[in-house]
Amino acid sequence: MRGEGRGEGHLRHASMIVQAILFYIFAAVAVASGVLVVASRNPVHSVLFLIVTFFNAAALFLLIGAEFLAMILVIVYVGAVAVLFLFVVMMLNIDFAGLRQGFVRYLPIGAAIGAVLLAELIFLIVGWVGAFGGARPAIASATGGLAITNTRALGDILYTRYLFAFQAAGLILLVAMIGAIVLTLRQRADVRRQSIAAQLARRRDETVEVVKVPVGTGSD
Amino acid sequence: MLIGLPHYLTVAAILFTLGIFGIFLNRKNVIIMLMSIELMLLAVSVNFVAFSVFLNNLIGQAFAMFVLTVAAAEAAIGLAILVVYFRNRGTIRVEDINMMKG
Repeated sequence: MRGEGRGEGHLRHASMIVQAILFYIFAAVAVASGVLVVASRNPVHSVLFLIVTFFNAAALFLLIGAEFLAMILVIVYVGAVAVLFLFVVMMLNIDFAGLRQGFVRYLPIGAAIGAVLLAELIFLIVGWVGAFGGARPAIASATGGLAITNTRALGDILYTRYLFAFQAAGLILLVAMIGAIVLTLRQRADVRRQSIAAQLARRRDETVEVVKVPVGTGSD
Repeated sequence: MLIGLPHYLTVAAILFTLGIFGIFLNRKNVIIMLMSIELMLLAVSVNFVAFSVFLNNLIGQAFAMFVLTVAAAEAAIGLAILVVYFRNRGTIRVEDINMMKG
């Protein structure tokens, strides 16, 4: 603070404490709902907890200033992917009780592998922090040091340096869309469909017949 | 009290581990397995964004966006395959997916 006013220093300190509290709240909720995603009995609840996890991850992104990705996370994950999951879970008539069998049997090996992996990652983080200090200022500018918004900075590099990767990402989405349509489209034989070509190709003399009906008899 | 890179990396590590754990725990339910994969991809995105912000380099955020793209495509294709499989077999048990076994 170097004597430029103690009030400002206090304010910054308070904002850091608020940031820390918010971080711990969002991180705790994200992890707790992550646990419930994998441990929930009902897959619909799993999807809903997945949505909660995504929201909290978006809040974590917001806390470090990556606001564009936070919004994209909410729009893409919550708005599209989670709804897709919910749709499929509710559309398929699945015996979920049968799928729960073996849950307890797989619990020990799953827990063991998870614990090993978590320990490895924690060691890695601790080692990394020990090697590089890791104590950087919390509110770093996410705009590459320039005085522009995060979204604009992201667009600046996405449309110039990573244009090719950006186009490839679009291509991936196109392929996924076509693939999903082709996979789920089915032509059912027992459904009568409208054939517009056959309707347009009809001619009058094939369909209309003029019959002179004698008096007293019927026409078939 | 200062929230730094290690905090974010720890959260991402826990989320990734939960994803792995979920795949092992729900060996029969493909939907939960796909959700676990989504969880792991989210953890990777958190790592990308955290490194991007704390190293003051925007490239991580660009790649987090690509991770998001791939996750969306993967979910769409995976669920489409699941729907087709359920339509043909009437179940989504992972053990029953063995018709192509040589």
